[in-house]
Amino acid sequence: MGSRASRLLREEEIEEIKKETGFSHSQITRLYSRFTSLDKGENGTLSREDFQRIPELAINPLGDRIINAFFPEGEDQVNFRGFMRTLAHFRPIEDNEKNKNPSATEPLNSRTNKLLFAFRLYDLDRDDKISRDELLQVLRMMVGVNISDEQLGSIADRTIQEADTNGDSCISFNEFIKASFVVNIHICTVVLVLVNI
Amino acid sequence: MEDLWTVAVAVFQLWMFVVVFLITLPAMFGLSLGVTSVYIQILVKLLEWATIRIQRGRQEQPSVPAPLPNGIIERAEGSMEEEMEQLRRSRSLEGGEFALSDALYFCKKGLESIVDDQVTQRFSSEDLASWNLLTRTNQNFRYISLRLTIFWGIGVFVRYCVLFPLRSVIALAIIGLSWLVIGTTLVGILPENRYGASTVHTFGDCLGEAQTEHVHLSSCRARPVDLSTCVSFCRENRPQKGGICVANHTTPIDVVILANDGCYAMVGQIHGGLMGVIQRSMVRSCPHVWFERSEMKDRHAVTTRLRAHVAAKTKLPILIFPEGTCINNTSVMMFKKGSFEIGGTIHPVAIKYDPRFGDAFWNSSKYNMVSYLLRTMTSWAVVVNVWYLPPMTIQDGEDAVQFANRVKSAIACRGGLLDLAWDGSLKRGKVKDAYKEEQQKMYSRVIVRQNGISATNTRRDN
Repeated sequence: MGSRASRLLREEEIEEIKKETGFSHSQITRLYSRFTSLDKGENGTLSREDFQRIPELAINPLGDRIINAFFPEGEDQVNFRGFMRTLAHFRPIEDNEKNKNPSATEPLNSRTNKLLFAFRLYDLDRDDKISRDELLQVLRMMVGVNISDEQLGSIADRTIQEADTNGDSCISFNEFIKASFVVNIHICTVVLVLVNI
Repeated sequence: MEDLWTVAVAVFQLWMFVVVFLITLPAMFGLSLGVTSVYIQILVKLLEWATIRIQRGRQEQPSVPAPLPNGIIERAEGSMEEEMEQLRRSRSLEGGEFALSDALYFCKKGLESIVDDQVTQRFSSEDLASWNLLTRTNQNFRYISLRLTIFWGIGVFVRYCVLFPLRSVIALAIIGLSWLVIGTTLVGILPENRYGASTVHTFGDCLGEAQTEHVHLSSCRARPVDLSTCVSFCRENRPQKGGICVANHTTPIDVVILANDGCYAMVGQIHGGLMGVIQRSMVRSCPHVWFERSEMKDRHAVTTRLRAHVAAKTKLPILIFPEGTCINNTSVMMFKKGSFEIGGTIHPVAIKYDPRFGDAFWNSSKYNMVSYLLRTMTSWAVVVNVWYLPPMTIQDGEDAVQFANRVKSAIACRGGLLDLAWDGSLKRGKVKDAYKEEQQKMYSRVIVRQNGISATNTRRDN
């Protein structure tokens, strides 16, 4: 039967992940199956190469940045907890969650946390500001060789001009949120099709 | 002790008698006494009962997860442009323009592919809709009922202690393989001695053909019997001489299945071990073409030989698997254009295995040939449907790639398989950068649509 059965997820772990991320029991077991099938080295963690092996991710222009988002600062391996924590950002927002526990910390998949995830895609050096260079870097990744440097530069300048309110030629997280307020955040979800129990 | 020994010998003799005269010999001559079909029918009834029982059990125990054959996420079926429009919602952008939230689109697509992608799942065994009482497919199925477990236990006993010895005794050790090796050697050696190597093929064609075909057919027919194979052929449109036969590839047993119903010249990758022995012995009697995939020189030589073979209209049809590798029989992946450039008529064949009776897919990175055969011989049976499709030729204005895609769709449609454009060699290699560049191009078109900025004003260093 091989490795899938050899390291089954314990009930306590499932409960902890459930509390932290909000995924249901069956969703967690399903995603654990996926995690182990990606884990070719069978050591309970994923490396960057394991992600790169997914063709649809390898052709994604922002593929490398997305993969980076899974790995904590300076580390090369991600375990299942970390994997789930990152995926949790893209869980659909459910209305009844707000009522459940008003005093709890903000859930991972809240609107703000989704936008923070996107913000971190741009802000590579984690200084809480998107500089012109960082913006240009991401733009270049997304368009490849199809747009010239000058045009790209003007697009970046225009974007910063529109979003920047305090005049420091950088986009802070608050400015980012304001600039994205019309974004249909409900689209930014990965909808898992599972029978709800 | 001696009594026990004589009893055992007697049982063994009876067994061999039953096996040889009731199953193997008739099969080698193309007849069937119906034993296998009865067995299959019993199995079908058993598995249907098991499915119902499991479903009932699932309702009673809701924590048991249900398998999802169509993947675990819902995907929006829009193009890049449509989805970006949705993301930006009410913000009216005059023809494109960049928005900071565009990164979220790629983010979502990336995460969707991390959770569930279309390609990597094709290189491992299919997930079954319901457990088929084999230990090896028991991924998420927990204890449901006592009766089910009893049947599973009986199944283990029957498969390992009754069917497996039966099959292994008939199959490799005694009849099938040795007959194949001996028979082909005889046919191969005789002409060589008298006429010299250069005339082997012509001799084989004129005189030995009938014998060659007979040897092949009979040895190939012995093999499936071992595995309790139930093959249903759709007999119209059988490939003719001088044509190229093209099929989807799941396992080396495909070859045996097709050879059951006709003689083919084969083209394929050289293997080591048991497969290599079989390949080398087959070459002696029939003009098969074995080559090394990674050798460029080899490939040119192969194409030349294939062209020559097709041009001589009296030769056996060539059997090619254009996917180039084994796929798990849920989909058909990209067909390599090499076989479609040769010219000649293409006879497509669709092969579909029934996954309920055993997993036919050969995961070559996980199992070598011998363990694969062991697994196949200890599964319930191999039930396969083979459809011969009407012959196709390249049309005017169509290039090899388009023709290959057309044939692929026809095979996928007939076999009930998913038609994917992804390359099967992604099993072993990385995806080409050209696909990423295509995505980047599409996105550039979105943001500079009608802005007056020409999107073709690209960097000059191309």
